[in-house]
Amino acid sequence: MKPPRFDYLVPRTQDEALAMLAEHGERAKLLAGGQSLIPLLNFRLVQPEALVDINRIADLAYVRERNGGLAVGALTRQHALERSETVRRRLPILAEACRLIGHLPIRHRGTVGGNLAHADPASELPAVMLALDAEFVVVAKGARRMLAARDFFTGVLSTALRPGELLAEIRLPGLPPRTGAAFVEMARRAGDFALVGVAALLTLDAAGRCQQARLALCGVGPTPIRASEAERVLIGEAPRGAALEAAAERAVAATDPPSDIHGSAEFRRKLARYFTRQALETDAQRAGGV
Amino acid sequence: MPRTVPIKLTVNGVQHELAVEPRRLLVDVLREDLALTGTHVGCEHGVCGTCTVLVNGESARSCLMFAVGADGAEILTVEGLGQGARLHPLQEAFREAQGLQCGFCTPAMLMVAYELLQQNPSPSEEEIREAISANLCRCTGYQSIVEAVQLAAARHAVAGAR
Ligand SMILES: Cc1cc2nc3c(=O)[nH]c(=O)nc-3n(C[C@H](O)[C@H](O)[C@H](O)COP(=O)(O)OP(=O)(O)OC[C@H]3O[C@@H](n4cnc5c(N)ncnc54)[C@H](O)[C@@H]3O)c2cc1C
Ligand code: FES
Ligand code: FES
Repeated sequence: MKPPRFDYLVPRTQDEALAMLAEHGERAKLLAGGQSLIPLLNFRLVQPEALVDINRIADLAYVRERNGGLAVGALTRQHALERSETVRRRLPILAEACRLIGHLPIRHRGTVGGNLAHADPASELPAVMLALDAEFVVVAKGARRMLAARDFFTGVLSTALRPGELLAEIRLPGLPPRTGAAFVEMARRAGDFALVGVAALLTLDAAGRCQQARLALCGVGPTPIRASEAERVLIGEAPRGAALEAAAERAVAATDPPSDIHGSAEFRRKLARYFTRQALETDAQRAGGV
Repeated sequence: MPRTVPIKLTVNGVQHELAVEPRRLLVDVLREDLALTGTHVGCEHGVCGTCTVLVNGESARSCLMFAVGADGAEILTVEGLGQGARLHPLQEAFREAQGLQCGFCTPAMLMVAYELLQQNPSPSEEEIREAISANLCRCTGYQSIVEAVQLAAARHAVAGAR
């Protein structure tokens, strides 16, 4: 099918975009990379009256160092993030997860902000944001608020964003020394959405024990899931054997995976256990502890 | 009458000035308005890859872009690879290695292979497989496509070209 008719608006600045959003309210939709929205339009699953195309707002796309961490503009293409030297130096887990999004032609167009706003439960970046304790700068006409990643994802394809709001920037705190971070997943075919994905970070103390652990999973519930229980059992332990096994078990207990043609809930639980262990093992190596 | 918007597209080096309805997909404008039917259209939801073209040098699904969004862009389609009746060396390699059967996926396979070889003149088999995994082929089982790209790489078909 073909997209329905819509009014096409092309703001050149963020303020212009916000004014347009304020004017059209719920009848308008933002168009970023279009890699999720245009399929929905092509199938007429959504029929907005107006599309506000933010692709010409050049200053919404950037990766900057900020307070030892990163600030990423919402319009940054997934491919730009994957390729960014700054990302590779500061938070390589972000590039690692980005590479798993769709295929290169999708990542050339798809944006970081669009991916997060779309909030697909199997999507990689939302889980990474949760594990990194990201904060989102959300703006509307004459207003601005900060949202923690853990408060942002509210359900399947739904977020705490309100009509008229635009996700402008993603802020990622830096990592303490001796931290390892990894994202691993299983997809049915290279580039497909993850059946299950795991983002994990471990910080080791001078004796090589876990000082801090952060774990988030995707594909195992309506939103990405932070596995806090699993994080707790790791603290003070050496990152191997029984401790990792216990963490993987708690991580699985935190999930509520769907059953569909791609895999049963049971299969997804097995994957969650396996990949939690694998991600933590990789973390430990990267943190220099093993 | 629906409202149209004036846009400029440079396709295969030729400038076009068009008036398009905002909801028209880039693939439809290429095929219908510019009669460049080498770019195929399959699923219209980004999965099959048959509509892949290069936009400002980067591969993109032309079914997931509005033509208005491509205003001012440079686009390369399969028609821009060869020169008149002369096939591009990559096309020659596809023919020789039997990298195609029905030909439906072929234009897009050529575009992703072209992009890959431009960036990486001697890719490994795995890198070739990853690049073409963006596109579905119902006919060849991919092996002969991989071999075609390898053949083209061995002949330096793309490196330094253009
Ligand atoms: C074949 C295929 C495979 C894919 N595989 C994966 C995958 O493996 N993993 C994955 O995570 N994704 C995958 N995707 C989705 C892809 O990553 C999309 O690019 C992404 O989900 C949406 O980003 P976008 O920039 O294209 O946003 P759009 O499609 O333009 O927008 C998506 C939604 O977000 C809203 N929006 C966009 N930007 C903002 C903003 N700044 N503020 C507020 N709202 C905004 C839009 O209004 C819309 O509702 C795949 C897509 C395709 C077609
Ligand atoms: S027609 Fe564009 S990806 Fe299938
Ligand atoms: S050759 Fe027939 S679809 Fe690929």
